[in-house]
Amino acid sequence: MPNGGVVFIREINVTTVKNAVRDLCIEANCHLGDDTVSVLNNSVQREKSPTGREILGQIIENASIAHQEEIPMCQDTGFAVVFIEMGQEILLTGGNLVEAVNEGVREGYTKGFLRKSMVRDPIERVNTEDNTPAIVHIQIVPGQQIKIIAVPKGGGSENMSALKMLKPVEGVDGIIKFVTETVKNAGPNPCPPIVVGLGIGGTMEKAALMAKHALTRPLGQKSDDPGTAELEEKLVREINNLGIGPQGLGGSTTTLAVHIERFATHIACLPVAVNISCHAYRHKEIVI
Amino acid sequence: MPEYTLYTPLKDDDITKLKAGDRVNINGTIFTARDAAHKKLVELIDKGEELPFDIRGQVIYYAGPAPAKPGYVIGPVGPTTSGRMDSLTVPLLEKGLKGMIGKGTRSDEIKKELMSHRAVYFAAVGGAAALLSRKVKKARVAAYPELGPEAVFELEVKDFPVFVVNDIYGNDLYQQGVSEYSRE
Repeated sequence: MPNGGVVFIREINVTTVKNAVRDLCIEANCHLGDDTVSVLNNSVQREKSPTGREILGQIIENASIAHQEEIPMCQDTGFAVVFIEMGQEILLTGGNLVEAVNEGVREGYTKGFLRKSMVRDPIERVNTEDNTPAIVHIQIVPGQQIKIIAVPKGGGSENMSALKMLKPVEGVDGIIKFVTETVKNAGPNPCPPIVVGLGIGGTMEKAALMAKHALTRPLGQKSDDPGTAELEEKLVREINNLGIGPQGLGGSTTTLAVHIERFATHIACLPVAVNISCHAYRHKEIVI
Repeated sequence: MPEYTLYTPLKDDDITKLKAGDRVNINGTIFTARDAAHKKLVELIDKGEELPFDIRGQVIYYAGPAPAKPGYVIGPVGPTTSGRMDSLTVPLLEKGLKGMIGKGTRSDEIKKELMSHRAVYFAAVGGAAALLSRKVKKARVAAYPELGPEAVFELEVKDFPVFVVNDIYGNDLYQQGVSEYSRE
């Protein structure tokens, strides 16, 4: 260990986290990232259907209005999904981390005029009025920094997501079949053109979490692993051959990208999780 | 692709000329209602009570807006997934509902009911909520304010852009469009 075993601990007040979450929620909902705008602009050039081109045009104009006026691009401002990668040499002060995230969501959704879509209980279904609780995923990593990623996630596309425990023998063909079937069954409902987050491997919940995390990657960025990148490209082609098109009204742009994360798994298992994002591919991050 | 400008309440002549794939600009008054408002409307019908607005010839927009910023008529308001309302739609058609705006597929039952009740299902672009909110010139809560974004809003719209998905002839733009571009 450096410094003769002495570790310097960085203190961060959770208010800093709260403020960051508040701002990220507003930014992600109102300002579509350059990554997505650029992919959408390319897609309108390539789209074969006139109706599809008109729809893509409306989506691009919508993003521009939302950006200029700082209003949400979609009325479904989503679950507030927040990924936190926290350096292990940090001491958090001033309160509880998850409560700070929730307070940030509460302030962001109120201050930003974002819709409150969360119900306290899945059966009782009473709105919490402030879009809390956030869905928080925390990972401890080396270092002295905190990375916070806000991923507002719409309900319509979340509902079209799916997970299946494949047989290992089904392999790549089985994965392609399951993903294309899931997208085909979803049809127009998740607001295509979609972005597909795919988690392959691990356990059931690990696969689902990887699929969600894959939706934080900048659009247009391929996987670092050449084999994975190749499978991503193959899946994009297969999905776009389905003909679902923008809003499901037919066309050649059904998906803007497929992002895959892979992890080790059990000799008996091949979990595959498909998390679908609508064209409002919202993700903003900050490193503190 | 034929393009029409229509005014609500919709007349039978309007309905007759519409075909799946047509592009329509809707003008006049429309009403929002999502799952929770539909449950309440259907409960009223079941009890034999009056609906909170005259539904004859009307158009329901499956939508729940985000809050309006100060100075704005309404917050962003795009369509939600229509299939969730399928099981609550027939009583409204029986009361004279003529149009629905949403996104996503309808059940086979609803497609048949649209033919027999002479009503049309339109799709607006899901996720184009900021753009669509600009087409809303006036808005007020017409019923169920306690439901927040799920309340029934009466909207006055100008050239609200939609596509005809299911017409009275049994056509379905989702099926037509996909089969035209599928390369499976």
